[in-house]
Amino acid sequence: MSIWIAIGVTVVGCYVVKLVGLLVPAGALERPLVKRVAALVPVALLAALTAQQTFAEGRVLLLDARAAGLAAAALALLLRAPFLVVIGTAVIVTAGLRALTG
Amino acid sequence: MTPTGTDDGTNEGSRGGDGGAGGAHARDGRAPSKRDATVVRDALGVGVAVGLSGFAFGVTSAGSGLTVLQSCLLSLLVFTGASQFALVGALAGGGNPFTAAAGAFFLGVRNAFYGLRLSQLLALPRAVRPLAAHWVIDETAAVSLAQPTRRAARIGFTVTGLSLYVLWNATTLLGALGAEAIGDTDVWGLDAAGPAVFLALLAPMLRTAADRSVAAVAVVLGLGLLPFLPTGAPVLVSALAVPIVLSVEGRKLRAGRKHEEGHDMHEEGRDMHEEGGDMHEEGPEEPDVPRREDP
Repeated sequence: MSIWIAIGVTVVGCYVVKLVGLLVPAGALERPLVKRVAALVPVALLAALTAQQTFAEGRVLLLDARAAGLAAAALALLLRAPFLVVIGTAVIVTAGLRALTG
Repeated sequence: MTPTGTDDGTNEGSRGGDGGAGGAHARDGRAPSKRDATVVRDALGVGVAVGLSGFAFGVTSAGSGLTVLQSCLLSLLVFTGASQFALVGALAGGGNPFTAAAGAFFLGVRNAFYGLRLSQLLALPRAVRPLAAHWVIDETAAVSLAQPTRRAARIGFTVTGLSLYVLWNATTLLGALGAEAIGDTDVWGLDAAGPAVFLALLAPMLRTAADRSVAAVAVVLGLGLLPFLPTGAPVLVSALAVPIVLSVEGRKLRAGRKHEEGHDMHEEGRDMHEEGGDMHEEGPEEPDVPRREDP
C-alpha cells in the first residue's frame, strides 16, 4: 500500500510542477535576471545530478567503475560522438572495468 | 552527442545547447533555416537513445520490489527519469512513502524551470499545455531550446517527446519483465547510463565562464551535502550555485566599473566571444539571456 501512496503522490506532484512551468505568464520571463536564472538553473541541476549518479550510491560518496565510464563518456563528448555512442561508451567501459576487476 | 553537437553545418561556432543561443541565431540571422529533417534527426537521436534507457529503469524498478504494473505506471504517469529512479531507489531502502515521493518531487521541480522557458519558446495554445506539460523534461527541453526558430523548437519538442515517451514506456515494460533474466544490472554497467545521459545533456550548455562556474559549484554542493540532507534535496540545493555565481559576477562587474577600466568585463566578454559566438549585443552583463523568438 505504501508503494501505491508514494506512486500517487509522485505522479500528482511531478505533473503539477511541469504544468506550473508552462502556465506561468510569459511576462514573468521579461526581466533579464529571471531569464538569466532560468537559463542557469538547469546547468546547476544537471551538473549535480551527473556528479551524484557518478560518485554516490544512495547517500554515500563512492568512487567506482562508473567514474571511469563517465570519463570515457566525457572524452566521447569532446570528440563530438553521437548521443548513443556517448551513453554506450559509459556503459561498456563501466561494465568492462567491473568484469576486469570484479 | 546532444542534438546541437550534430548540426555543425548550421550551427558552427556555437556548440551551445543552452537555449539562449537558439533565439540569438534566429535574430542575428546566423542560422536562418535549419531543415526540418535535421531537427527530426537530432530529436530522434535523443528520443531513441534516452528512450531505450527506460530498460534500465524497468530493471531497477523491478529489482526494487515494485510490480511490473507499478513500474509501468511510473513511466506512463510520472515520465521524468531522475524522479522515477529516485523514487524506486528510496522505496527499495524501505523508506517512508512520503519521504520517497518528496525526493522524486524535488528532482521534478527542475521541469518547472524548463517549462518556464519552453512556454515562451513554443508559444503553445492554452488548451494544449496540459497535454504538452507531461513531456516537459530534460531531454525535450534540451532539444527544443537548442533550436534556432520556433518552428524547429516545436518540431524538436514533439518528435523528442513522442519518440521518448513511446520507447521509454515500451522499454520499461521489457526491463521490468526481463529483470530476473538479466540479474545484476550493475554488472552490465547500466548504472552508468543515467549519469552519462545527464552529462551529454549538460556538455553543450557549458559555453561561458559563468556556465562552468555554476556547474562546478553545483557539483560541490550536490556531492558535499549528499550525506547530510534527505535524498533528492542536495540536487535542489545545488541550484543555489546560480545566485552564488551571479552575485560574485555582479560584484566583479561593479568593481570593474568603479575603476573605470573594467578588466573583468572585458575579459569576460572576450571569453564569451570565443566560446559562445556572437550573441552579445547587450554586452557581457547578460551573456545567457534567452532571446525572444522570431520565427
